[in-house]
Amino acid sequence: MTYVIIGNGVASIGAIEGIRRHDKDGRIVIIGAEDTAAYGRPLISYLLAGKIGPERLALRGDDYYTRNGVELKLGTTATSIDTAKKTVTTDKGETVKYDRLLIATGGIPFVPPIPGVQGPDIYSFTTLAHANTLIELSSKIKRAVVIGGGLIGLKAAESIFDRGVAVTIVELAPRILSGGFDEKAGKLAANRLKKVGIEVNCGVTAKEIQRTKEGRVKGVLLTDDRFLECDVVVVAIGVVPHSSIAKDAGVKVERGIMVDSKLMTNARDVYAAGDVAQAMDQITGEHRVVPIWPNAYNQGYASGRNMAGAKQPYMGGLPMNSISFYGLPTISVGTVNPPEGDSSFEVHALLDEEKETYRKLVFRDEKLVGYVLVGDIDKGGMYTAFIKFEMPLAGEAKDKLINGGPEVFLWPAELFDETWNPEPAKAAR
Amino acid sequence: MKRVYPNKDFCIGCHICELACLTAHSKSKDLILAYTVERGQNGVASSKHVHEGGATCVALSCRHCDEPSCVAACISGALQKDPESGRTIYDREKCVGCWSCLMACPFGAIARHPLEQKIVKCDLCFDRPGGPACVAACPNKALKQEER
Repeated sequence: MTYVIIGNGVASIGAIEGIRRHDKDGRIVIIGAEDTAAYGRPLISYLLAGKIGPERLALRGDDYYTRNGVELKLGTTATSIDTAKKTVTTDKGETVKYDRLLIATGGIPFVPPIPGVQGPDIYSFTTLAHANTLIELSSKIKRAVVIGGGLIGLKAAESIFDRGVAVTIVELAPRILSGGFDEKAGKLAANRLKKVGIEVNCGVTAKEIQRTKEGRVKGVLLTDDRFLECDVVVVAIGVVPHSSIAKDAGVKVERGIMVDSKLMTNARDVYAAGDVAQAMDQITGEHRVVPIWPNAYNQGYASGRNMAGAKQPYMGGLPMNSISFYGLPTISVGTVNPPEGDSSFEVHALLDEEKETYRKLVFRDEKLVGYVLVGDIDKGGMYTAFIKFEMPLAGEAKDKLINGGPEVFLWPAELFDETWNPEPAKAAR
Repeated sequence: MKRVYPNKDFCIGCHICELACLTAHSKSKDLILAYTVERGQNGVASSKHVHEGGATCVALSCRHCDEPSCVAACISGALQKDPESGRTIYDREKCVGCWSCLMACPFGAIARHPLEQKIVKCDLCFDRPGGPACVAACPNKALKQEER
């Protein structure tokens, strides 16, 4: 059995570990465009900020690939897939035969068609190479504009600022973090950034990136006609599935590569996982592209198990983000911005601006479906349990959760016993 | 693998397991020094926590799941599954303190370190002769380490 994995990010690490749970001997080949072992992609903001050195980037130990019998083809881009012949060709002219194929090509930065966006001095912030370039540049430049006030944009802004560069964030939405966080949480984070000296502009975006005669970036003209002088622009609006190789091979792609409950695509023995995949979401039951780290690992793992024949379904992903802004920790899980006016949701929010703490709980059908924590995050996982295990929370139990917190004795007795003190035959692991 | 299983019907809520855990993970291995000095100085903390609900109590810590949510969520590779022992192992040096594991673990088994951007999590006392200190210290055998 030969497993071929296109992509060398965290979904691929998950896949290796999923395959090896069931198949110790099958051949695993990884084709990775970047020229390094799999690294913690979110760590590039820590690297750029100078908090960690390059030696801490690798996700697994030096002997990991050898120990797991993985053949690496790095610095190599897969160029096409033939699903009938079951082969992958690469830009090095190789043809690799597979029995099972995983497409885990991740996302590519979305760059909007702003005049002047093509050319030098524009960076996205999604690869180690970008981080390294920005580190080199940081001593030579004075001002940066970050387009996009989401998680990647804010972390990019924070880490460039930590290198001594003045930073302005530009966000089209009326507030930062509009995706995974709500207004109050976004405001607490924005205040923290403003306090250290990062400028945050919401409700505006770049109309044009202006350049000098030599073609270098001069600054950004905003939609409200203000002009922000800068040396570099970081475009951090988000990522879109890097699905072209799948599309070209006739694999079904909607927003991302469509996968079933085993993470298999419509092409036989071809699977997809991570930021490129459109997989099931636990709460909504719909297929969505949710480009977050834990989903990528879990989908990789589940696809690995299924490629190796374990027949275990993927249970669906849960949107979740944990991120800190200058020491202010935030966690956001599940549905946190229910549609306005939808009375099937019930929201309980508690804000303490002085202490910089916030907690928001979102219920639907007597179940917790989402939460936000800012500042005091210590009970995070215990709240996650109520969402993940879809525990019923009627009447008193819900009041207790709201007033007392996510106590383990609110769990249904059977789940409690199976989890913590199972009968030997029922040990669920 | 042998895991630690807590029995809420036997737990008397004495917190002795927490103190045993604290001591086992201290430098001095001395309860009084660990509690009075090291807690403040190096932030040594128990990874066992007694939960109380009315008359019931139970002492919980990392379950060393076969397919742990914390490993999936870890952005730095600090949390990994050890294929040999089955433990969910934590490499303090690699951890950047992003709290993704704390968010993802539905068992509340991960805590923030009191002083550093690190986490505190049960290591099953892998290097302690005689096995987990909490199990050894429990006066009512509410904690058992066994294969199930």
